[in-house]
Amino acid sequence: MKLLEVKNVRKSFDDLEVLKDISLDVSEGQVVSILGPSGSGKSTFLRCLSMLETVDGGSISYCGKPAVTDAKYVGKAALKEIKSYFSLVFQSFNLFPHYTVMKNICDAPVHVMKRDKEEVRKDGEVLLKKMGLDSKADHYPYQLSGGQQQRVAIARALNMKPKMLFFDEPTSALDPELTAEILKVLKELAEEKMTMVIVTHEIAFARSISDHVVFMDGGVIVEQGAPADVIDNPSNDRTRAFLKKLEQ
Amino acid sequence: MMILAENEGFFSQLMGICQKLSEGFGATLLIFFLTLLFALPLGLVIAAGRMSKFKPLSTLVKLYISIVRGTPLMLQLLVVMFGPFYLFGMKISQDYRFYAVIIGFSLNYAAYFAEIYRSGIQAVPVGQYEACEILGYSRAQRFFKVVFPQMVKNIIPSVTNEVITLVKDTSLAFAIAYTEMFTVAKQVAAAQATIMPLFVAGLFYYVFNFVVAFVMELLEKKMNYFR
Ligand SMILES: Nc1ncnc2c1ncn2[C@@H]1O[C@H](COP(=O)(O)OP(=O)(O)OP(=O)(O)O)[C@@H](O)[C@H]1O
Ligand SMILES: [Mg+2]
Repeated sequence: MKLLEVKNVRKSFDDLEVLKDISLDVSEGQVVSILGPSGSGKSTFLRCLSMLETVDGGSISYCGKPAVTDAKYVGKAALKEIKSYFSLVFQSFNLFPHYTVMKNICDAPVHVMKRDKEEVRKDGEVLLKKMGLDSKADHYPYQLSGGQQQRVAIARALNMKPKMLFFDEPTSALDPELTAEILKVLKELAEEKMTMVIVTHEIAFARSISDHVVFMDGGVIVEQGAPADVIDNPSNDRTRAFLKKLEQ
Repeated sequence: MMILAENEGFFSQLMGICQKLSEGFGATLLIFFLTLLFALPLGLVIAAGRMSKFKPLSTLVKLYISIVRGTPLMLQLLVVMFGPFYLFGMKISQDYRFYAVIIGFSLNYAAYFAEIYRSGIQAVPVGQYEACEILGYSRAQRFFKVVFPQMVKNIIPSVTNEVITLVKDTSLAFAIAYTEMFTVAKQVAAAQATIMPLFVAGLFYYVFNFVVAFVMELLEKKMNYFR
């Protein structure tokens, strides 16, 4: 089943056209990585998918339900429902500094999704355990390392029980050691068949985790396909140049 | 013997002054607390207007703030006190003097607090708003759960400054002949031909502000549970 269908999405900031006619499908259980040079529009694309930005053209639907049709957004109620299908993990975590780890994870499920408080807390405990953070439930974000904070952010997203997760360079704010922690978590999620779209600069990781790799440049998808094709045998010159640069 | 008697005279004079001043001090405290009671929440409303996306409203509020900040508080008190009579020919009752003080101070301080709130709100990173958006919080939830607590932490030092200024500004109520501590001090000083009441008044203000600073420091420490 297709969880996400994106057709001909366009987005401009003033005169700058950042996304030019982007189309992409993501099926249930699929892991899609998005690669590309800085400024190519990867973040903007994820932000459009997660409704942090509005598109100027094109269509987006989740689980067959249209969220945007030719740049026209559906009504508030329908959009709210659709927004519960996905969550986004930020490069800079964006945890709530005044909430404990547990409250960060449980507040929205209780007060937005109106789920039972005890149940949410139990789920939260399971998630923290899975993230190796069970001893940190009562800590505040500033008391955690970057890698731990990012794991809390992932737990926060997961506790909303989304059908799919977006990650925008989840390890870019971390040093190599902490990066490995997060990549391990993502790998586990992939093994559990969590549907994910990941913007990353970790090529080796993208190769090993992804079912599908997308290479973006200048606001267009210049190449996409299986990781072995795109990463090991790129047919496009720009992809080749980009990968070569990363190797150095 | 002589010296002791003189000292006794001095102390009884001092006690007399303190007693007279403490009567005025009640009025000073009342101005102080009522102003905070009204100005702190009103500032939030004004800040909301100032940050409104509805241009006419935000422009109007901006003008209000710039007038309040650009003119002396003493002048504003006079306008609130005598404006109703000169502008509308309304009769001013004796009670109104007190109301004028509270209205004048509240309107003035609310404008300052509004600007402090605004800076405190703007210091909350965009990422916090985006996280709220992704988690599906409503606008009200976003404000009360996420923005407000962080704003409070951000503004405590500026609010402390403002509150300390308020303690001293209460003396401006003399401009419309409302009898608070400073007015009393001046009266006693004139009547007894001594500068001592003014020193004692100064000491009262100083101690008051010492307590204010202490309380605000406690509050600041209390908000240190997060960073
Ligand atoms: N809010 C905005 N207003 C104006 N221009 C923007 C805005 N956000 C992004 N841009 C521009 O859009 C282009 C694409 O930015 P985007 O952040 O999507 O790139 P990216 O591929 O994520 O890059 P990076 O790898 O550095 O994160 C850039 O030229 C950027 O300056
Ligand atoms: Mg980016």
